[in-house]
Amino acid sequence: MNEIQEERIRQNISAAFYRHGLLCASYPVPIILFTSASILTCCYPLLKLPLPGTGPVEFTTGVRDYSTPSHESQGDLSERPDWYRGPPVAYIQQVLVKAAVSPWDNSLVPVDVFRSPLGRVFSVLEEIRNHVYTDRSLEALCLQVTDLLPGLRRMQAVLPEHGCLLVSPGNYWQNRRDLFDADPDLLKTVHQHEPKGLHTSATLKDLLFGVPGKQTGVNLYSKKRVVTYTITIALSSYDARFVASLRARLKQLHPSANCTLREDHMVHVHFKEEIGIAELIPLVTTYIILFAYIYFSTRKIDMVKSKWGLALAAVVTVLSSLLMSVGLCTLFGLTPTLNGGEIFPYLVVVIGLENVLVLTKSVVSTPVDLEVKLRIAQGLSNESWSIMKNMATELCIILIGYFTFVPAIQEFCLFAVVGLVSDFFLQMFFFTTVLSIDIRRMELADLNRRLPAEAGMPPPKPGPLRPRETPPPPRPSPHTITLQAPAFRNLRLPKRLRVVYFLARTRLAQRIIMVGTVIWIGILVYTDPAGLRTFLAAQVSEQSPLGEAGLPPHLGVAPVFPGGDPTSTLSGLPAPEPTPLPENQSQGHRAAHPEVAPVSSPQITWGPEDEELWRRLSFRHWPSLFSYYNITLAKRYISILPVIPVTLHLSPQEAIDTRHPQDTHHAPPPSIKTSDLQTDLTLYKVAALGLFAGVVLVLLLFCLYRVLCPRNYGQNGVPHGRRRRGDLPCDEYGYSPPISEISPLLLRGHSMDIECLASDGMLLASCCLVGHIRVWDAQTGDCLTVIPNNGLRRSSSSGCWEHRDGWDHISACEAESLLGADFREPGGGAVGGQDVDIFPIRRRTTPARPALFGDQPDLTPLIDTNFGLSPPSQALSSSGFDFGGLVEKAYQEHEPSPTLAFPPSPPPVLPPELPPQNNGDWDSSVWAMELRGNLIATGRSSGKLELWDAVEGSLRCSNEDGVSGITALAFLNNRIVAARLNGSLDFFTVEITKPLGLLQYRGPPGRGSLPPSPCYSSEDVISCQLTRSVQCAHQKPITVLKAAAGRVVTGSQDHTVRVYRLEDSCCLFTLQGHSGGITAIYIDQTMVLASGGQDGTICVWDVLTGSRVSHVYGHRGDVTSLVCTTSCIISSGLDDLICIWDRSTGIKLYSIQQEVGCGASLGVISESLLVTGGQGCVSFWDLNYGDLLQTVYLGQSSEGQSVRQLLVLDNAAIVCDFGSELSLVYVPSVLEKLD
Amino acid sequence: MPRLEEHCWSCSCSASVKTQELSSARWVVCKTAEMMSIITSVLSHAYGSLHSLQSANLIRRGLVLFIVGVVLALVLNLLQIQRNVTLFPEEVLDTLFSSAWWIPLCCGTAAAVVGLLYPCLDQHLGEPHKFKREWASVTRCIAVFVGINHASAKLDFANNVQLSLTLAALSLGLWWTFDRSRSGFGLGLTTAFLATLIAQLLVYNGIYQYTSPDFLYVRSWLPCIFFSGGVTVGNIGRQPGSTFVFRNET
Repeated sequence: MNEIQEERIRQNISAAFYRHGLLCASYPVPIILFTSASILTCCYPLLKLPLPGTGPVEFTTGVRDYSTPSHESQGDLSERPDWYRGPPVAYIQQVLVKAAVSPWDNSLVPVDVFRSPLGRVFSVLEEIRNHVYTDRSLEALCLQVTDLLPGLRRMQAVLPEHGCLLVSPGNYWQNRRDLFDADPDLLKTVHQHEPKGLHTSATLKDLLFGVPGKQTGVNLYSKKRVVTYTITIALSSYDARFVASLRARLKQLHPSANCTLREDHMVHVHFKEEIGIAELIPLVTTYIILFAYIYFSTRKIDMVKSKWGLALAAVVTVLSSLLMSVGLCTLFGLTPTLNGGEIFPYLVVVIGLENVLVLTKSVVSTPVDLEVKLRIAQGLSNESWSIMKNMATELCIILIGYFTFVPAIQEFCLFAVVGLVSDFFLQMFFFTTVLSIDIRRMELADLNRRLPAEAGMPPPKPGPLRPRETPPPPRPSPHTITLQAPAFRNLRLPKRLRVVYFLARTRLAQRIIMVGTVIWIGILVYTDPAGLRTFLAAQVSEQSPLGEAGLPPHLGVAPVFPGGDPTSTLSGLPAPEPTPLPENQSQGHRAAHPEVAPVSSPQITWGPEDEELWRRLSFRHWPSLFSYYNITLAKRYISILPVIPVTLHLSPQEAIDTRHPQDTHHAPPPSIKTSDLQTDLTLYKVAALGLFAGVVLVLLLFCLYRVLCPRNYGQNGVPHGRRRRGDLPCDEYGYSPPISEISPLLLRGHSMDIECLASDGMLLASCCLVGHIRVWDAQTGDCLTVIPNNGLRRSSSSGCWEHRDGWDHISACEAESLLGADFREPGGGAVGGQDVDIFPIRRRTTPARPALFGDQPDLTPLIDTNFGLSPPSQALSSSGFDFGGLVEKAYQEHEPSPTLAFPPSPPPVLPPELPPQNNGDWDSSVWAMELRGNLIATGRSSGKLELWDAVEGSLRCSNEDGVSGITALAFLNNRIVAARLNGSLDFFTVEITKPLGLLQYRGPPGRGSLPPSPCYSSEDVISCQLTRSVQCAHQKPITVLKAAAGRVVTGSQDHTVRVYRLEDSCCLFTLQGHSGGITAIYIDQTMVLASGGQDGTICVWDVLTGSRVSHVYGHRGDVTSLVCTTSCIISSGLDDLICIWDRSTGIKLYSIQQEVGCGASLGVISESLLVTGGQGCVSFWDLNYGDLLQTVYLGQSSEGQSVRQLLVLDNAAIVCDFGSELSLVYVPSVLEKLD
Repeated sequence: MPRLEEHCWSCSCSASVKTQELSSARWVVCKTAEMMSIITSVLSHAYGSLHSLQSANLIRRGLVLFIVGVVLALVLNLLQIQRNVTLFPEEVLDTLFSSAWWIPLCCGTAAAVVGLLYPCLDQHLGEPHKFKREWASVTRCIAVFVGINHASAKLDFANNVQLSLTLAALSLGLWWTFDRSRSGFGLGLTTAFLATLIAQLLVYNGIYQYTSPDFLYVRSWLPCIFFSGGVTVGNIGRQPGSTFVFRNET
């Protein structure tokens, strides 16, 4: 009951998802618009939230009706920020003093600019301290500080240690006038507390002066000769009347004539929590982990048009779902109290990118030939159940978390729930739609890209973009060869390339940059943000004839910094004419051109910029001031009262009176130089630091790269690394295998490339291009029998060996000279096996053979060298393919030669007195071979099936019922199945006429998975009869034939796989699911059937029901071979990848990238040992971990040859075939390691 | 809590003023040390690859695990120190990185050992770990582990039992989400037990101390942290060797 219900729910869900997928793929644009709109709507409340960051936040209130805010929040005042509660830490009252010696007299020295104005600070301070308003003094109101932090002993002399927090420049001299007067060098005193090097936070000078350092005017070359400083008072409580009376008093004492500062606003500044480096490091770490997670997740997106696009879409999905969740929570009144930046990575991890990836994978693995809409819908509905299940689980977990009743966790959970839901929404609408667009693009692009690559026959295209409703056109028939004119091909460049070409042609980028630069310079000059104009003006004024009288030598060079000003040069000059000017006159004029006037009287001006001078300070000014007294401003606020302006005018006489005796001896030039130098040095220091950091970073990255990726990525770089350590072959890991451990046994004897290889565990049969069959002992590697092509010869094993020695010595030179050019030409072509175009004759003689055969490497061992297919009449003529005949002639010629000079041809010991017999078919070549018991079944290109005795090398029986060439053979029990080139399938029965009792079994009965094959003795009469011939088993040539467990499975070019029963040769199933020709099939005793096709897909089938178990899209290009173990499927493809899949779920476990062109052969030795062929080597891999266990090199001469076939024998031996040699590798040591 | 914050805040502030030059110099030293270690590791790696492929793989794996362990230990320790959960003697806590230099090294070694033990155990038991073997899920696992640490340091719970129970549930969830193997559970438990024992001994001998110990000398959530750490490190150690180089995985 429960299961039924669950099933129903499942069906409903998947149906709903299916409909949804259809919807999304049908109307992508409206849905994306809708989603974007909803994202924006949900994010709208975020605008009200303060931006994250640690900068202070301000809030301004009026002074008049100010009252200390209460602790309780008042709901009605919505514009009031939530931190504006309770009293502030302190009220800051600044008294801004601007002082100048006026009128300026040329008898004054530069020090006079600030000595006497600074000296006046003490009287103002006195005034402030002594101010009393209705028995309330400053002492009662001000913020009492107790002690400096213990670590700040250095500051002890400067900052007030107890009592009122009242800071002013007077603190430099402990607020004592006598110390000030006795100080010979004020600047030195001021600067001695400045930190060396670079500083960003508030310095002591900033703290005491209360204005940015540049504006104080306390230097020797100040232009304006106005000294500005503040006296900062921190009040603990606000008494409006006291402050007002203080303001009135100061104004009365020191009236500022033209001051129009506004005094009605009070600014409250709220400070966030400071983030130190200690808190930053964990944060940064979590973000690094987050990015690694995103990287590793999105890297798995595969088989789509634009990987980056989809990865971006996935990230956008997650991020905007988070934003939506925050926005929604804010909308419903849940203000986030958690530090958003801290929990954000965890939220992303909880929400995860998994669903997105699963969706992509599911959609991608749907059949490619379906319509896009249907693919999306199918993919969605396939994964619907797991998506829903995962989501429900996550929601449950979060709900459990919600009931921990810890406020922080609850809040996190709330956010996570909303985030999950919105993420689901976005996945369903946004990501699915993006995916559908991508898949559609890929379909179009794929057609463009793939077809020219496939034997060069792109179909005539109707237009660049066809309407998306029409299904993609069927693959062009492989028989038609239509080569496109190159001009026509060039017309259809990809859009991206066209854009690039367009850019390159018009040099658009450079022009845009140029125009942009010009505009930028123009704007710069026009708006003059950097004081360029004043700088130029200063330069001009410098070169004016005014300073020619006694210029100090250092001013001869044009100053680089605008700081070097004419005023300093004027100090030593006699004043031309002191021009005292009334204060309130010509102020604007003077202010505009202060530099033009040769001697300017300092003007004290008050502008709106003076209202809030504290804004120009570092935002850490106040926190650092308070932190000296162990008062934190984090998450608290201070209130800054309107500034009190104080203007001080001092007469020159006063300035002269306050001079220190050393002031006049003060030489200004060095100070200018050093200060210039100082700024210079800072700049250089920063640059050097940056450079150093960059270099260190690059080195670090390089080291990391070396550690993590010590291998060369590109395959091109592989060969040069292989020959580094002398002659010893070593693999790309730099590892040379110990020679003694695994030594491959070389089986030599064939003169041509080996085409077919068959084994039954004890014997090993190989057949080369010429058609010679050799039988070897699979244990020892001895050559037992040689069946030459040109007759029924057999040779004893001893003869074989004998010959081998001779052949080795006399060697190839003779062979080459004998066999000559016609030997080599077809031979070379056949070795390549790929290039159809070289052989016009082949195409002529086999019109039925599709051109597509050419690009399937694994077919070449089965089907090749069809030059023998030419009519027998041409066989002995000079067609160039009949080297069987040639070889025969060579024998005849060499007949009288001494016995040692053996003929170099492959059939070694050929008693010359025996005339060639004609019952062997030596006109045609062997296309397929199988070995069972001691019978070798060979299928020839002429359609003849022959049965040979493996031990004696005699022909036992042959069948010539078929005419079409046999492309594949399967030999199981006493049945032989032959697939022919015309697509028909013949079933033969081998009958032995002898009593059953004599039928002996060879080998241990339980050995291996194969049933023990009967051994046929030489006395028996063996006949081979055609029991059934299935004409037109496939529409197109059969490419693969495999038999096991009483089933025969065929795969064909016509995209189908058929399953036959062996006993009655009845077709059980026709399996459809591939969208390309079948290239690889695997079936074993346990009825596991897997097939791979040209479209790169791998299907796993249930042989009993004929249903498809799983379907994965694995390779870019053909699947070249397939092997299964009990837990996984191993596939290799034309893309040189070996992929390992989980058999039950179809999930790719990992993949191994191989060198180019050697990834075709595969074998599984045991459950966890995989062997692959490479360039002259075989590699062993641990399947569980994907580790390379060992690489075995097959021989010094075999470097260039790649292993073409690989056969795993029962006794843990591997036979592989490279070129004309076989190699037998025993792997006992590896097996021991695994057992 | 506000008291703690205050302290931290002012502490970091004053430290930044005082030890600015000092810490930058140390930073450089630290960097060079890192570089040196990387270079030596490259050399040792090269030597190892000369020696044998298997041991090279082992060394690479161990190296990655060691680095992960050191970095995690540094970061998480910092997290604990700044929340005043663990107290180190004043003279040890001079700067951020010289504080208890032996902790990251120990953690790195432990991570390497545990991480290499996991695949060995898998192989021994004959049940290769197949569940969620991608780097994406491994990074996810690391993130959750850091999250658990973060929670242990930053969350304000009503009482310690609640905190410990929550963290225990979280670490069990971590195991269930990312591991689900018997060997992982067993080894995680063993790691937790041994590491807690060592921590107890260390605290007993006065090497360092916890502000408010509630489980003999240490915090009661410490085993949970060690358990999830073991599982995390095991997850890294179980990655297929070929993908460890980031080369063979597409």
